[in-house]
Amino acid sequence: MTTAYRPDQRLSPVQWARKNLFSSPGNALLTVAALAFLFFVLRGLIHWIFFTANWEPVSKNFKLFFLGQYPADQVWRPGLMVLLVAFLFGLSWGARGGTVRAFAITLAVGMGVLGLLPVSLEAISLRLRLWFLANPLLVGLGYLAGRRLVRGVRPLVIGWLLAVLASGLLLAGVEGIPWLPPVSTNVWGGLLLTFVLALVGIVASFPLGVLLALGRRSSLPLVKALCTVFIEVVRGVPLVTILFMASILLPLFLPENIRIDRILRVVIGMTLFASAYMAENVRGGLAAIPAGQYEAAKAIGLNGFQTMLLIVLPQALRTVIPAIVGQFIALFMDTTLAVIVGLLELLAIGRSIVQGNPQWVTLQAEVYVFIGLLFWVFTFSMSYASRRVESALGVGKR
Amino acid sequence: MADVVRDVNPGSDNIIICRDVHKWFDNFHALRGISLTVRRGEKVVICGPSGSGKSTFIRTINRLEEHQQGTIIVDGIELTHDIRNIHAIRQEIGMVFQQFNLFPHLKVIDNITLAPIWVRKWPKAKAEEIAMQLLERVGIPEQAHKYPGQLSGGQQQRVAIARALAMQPKIMLFDEPTSALDPEMIKEVLDVMRELARSGMTMIVVTHEMGFAREVADRIIFFDQGQLIEEAPPAEFFSNPKSERTRLFLSQILHH
Repeated sequence: MTTAYRPDQRLSPVQWARKNLFSSPGNALLTVAALAFLFFVLRGLIHWIFFTANWEPVSKNFKLFFLGQYPADQVWRPGLMVLLVAFLFGLSWGARGGTVRAFAITLAVGMGVLGLLPVSLEAISLRLRLWFLANPLLVGLGYLAGRRLVRGVRPLVIGWLLAVLASGLLLAGVEGIPWLPPVSTNVWGGLLLTFVLALVGIVASFPLGVLLALGRRSSLPLVKALCTVFIEVVRGVPLVTILFMASILLPLFLPENIRIDRILRVVIGMTLFASAYMAENVRGGLAAIPAGQYEAAKAIGLNGFQTMLLIVLPQALRTVIPAIVGQFIALFMDTTLAVIVGLLELLAIGRSIVQGNPQWVTLQAEVYVFIGLLFWVFTFSMSYASRRVESALGVGKR
Repeated sequence: MADVVRDVNPGSDNIIICRDVHKWFDNFHALRGISLTVRRGEKVVICGPSGSGKSTFIRTINRLEEHQQGTIIVDGIELTHDIRNIHAIRQEIGMVFQQFNLFPHLKVIDNITLAPIWVRKWPKAKAEEIAMQLLERVGIPEQAHKYPGQLSGGQQQRVAIARALAMQPKIMLFDEPTSALDPEMIKEVLDVMRELARSGMTMIVVTHEMGFAREVADRIIFFDQGQLIEEAPPAEFFSNPKSERTRLFLSQILHH
């Protein structure tokens, strides 16, 4: 027998459980079975995490995981970059609130917890602890500054753009400044490299994909043919092949005196690959725009460019946000393929740590769990942000 | 636009001149030589059975459909392939669609100010001020900051009228503006159109609302199978139609 509840009725925990978990004998059986399963899995997992696992290969190699071979005496540069980002998260939170709030708080709390982990100073040095703890401090400072000083979106956008520029200069260094010597991209690695590859890939493939999608729908036969051929060729080739070509074949075609940075070659390959898929996603969104929208835009006198920019793309892109973010997440994880052309991104660093040190060969589970967790944190953040953006833009949808 | 050639005196009394306009959709001959002249300030209602080409015809006037033969001159500008002419003509003509075609991702006020800001290059404040005046005029100023999806059909169509008027057109085209509306909302839209007619706007209205036609139109035009069959002032059109096809159409539409 099920009992009827009014939808607005507040349920006590017992009522809630009866309604949702034990509404019939079958459901009760399923609930018990699921709880038992969860109990055994969680018990095993928690026991493994806290008692069985040996996290030494992780805790002793933080620098390798996060920065790869980046020179040890220059570590302050990526460190400063993260602090800058923490400050900007705080600033955006203070000025705008909304989705950024969750990220700023997560960043501050996460870093704070890491800084206060109850393990020896040997495992996490005092300097590193202070750096961890500086993050929540900067988020807080940014928040206060954002609330008091920032009006409108423009300062934030400028701030983030400047931060990207500053990060690039900080990481790569500048010839001629003694305290900022150039650091070859050959030694960039770990999470830093994963981030650079994914971020540049995402930022570059998005506009390229939109242009390709528009080109494929163009009324100019040559443009249409070029875009279609590009999209179909790239979609027919595995990413690994494209990375090989970008890394090995590209230099053969270019004149000898032109040398493209290895990371740049990989980024170009990934961007071209991702843009083809992006184009197909966007094309789906474009096809969903009713002809009446184009007619109304023409009738009020907008030209073709304005129609695309103001009417068609905002609606088309909104409908394909989930697909686009899925694409971004795939791109983020595809960065692990850069290892085949010799780039030591996060996963490759993990493997080299396990395979290069005999005492840690048996501890690969710990290393891969840690790497998996890092990937999950960032991909989950992306899909969370995507859902927030979707619901924020959902207003007025017809 | 200074570089648009006006080959007829723009002060001329005839604001729209169509001569022998033909249009084909592949093999289907949709318009078979339409000739029509509309005077400044005149209200013309076009009626006829569905598929008779009446919508296609008014859509050729602002080049939503391209005519393949004949001449169309709007306020002294000939409608040619020259994009500058097309652009100049579209700025003089406002259009209201059967399906409203509001931009669902923009608020009501932004729907209205979009073209004045981007095409007329008005400052935002001026565009918004005029948009609010237009919303007052169509009776829904309180809806300015909602999205079209939150409005009723009748309200949406009134926003669409305000959006077209925001470009300060000399001519308004209405393509079955009440056909997608629930019966109780038709009146509110027709009231706005009546008010617009009284203000002296040149209007071409495709509609089945014969009451509105009788009351507002200076001239009623009957289309059938891509041809202009009959044109007459309302009184004469309803009481004494000359063509057999008009009589048949009227009997079907008036006595059901």
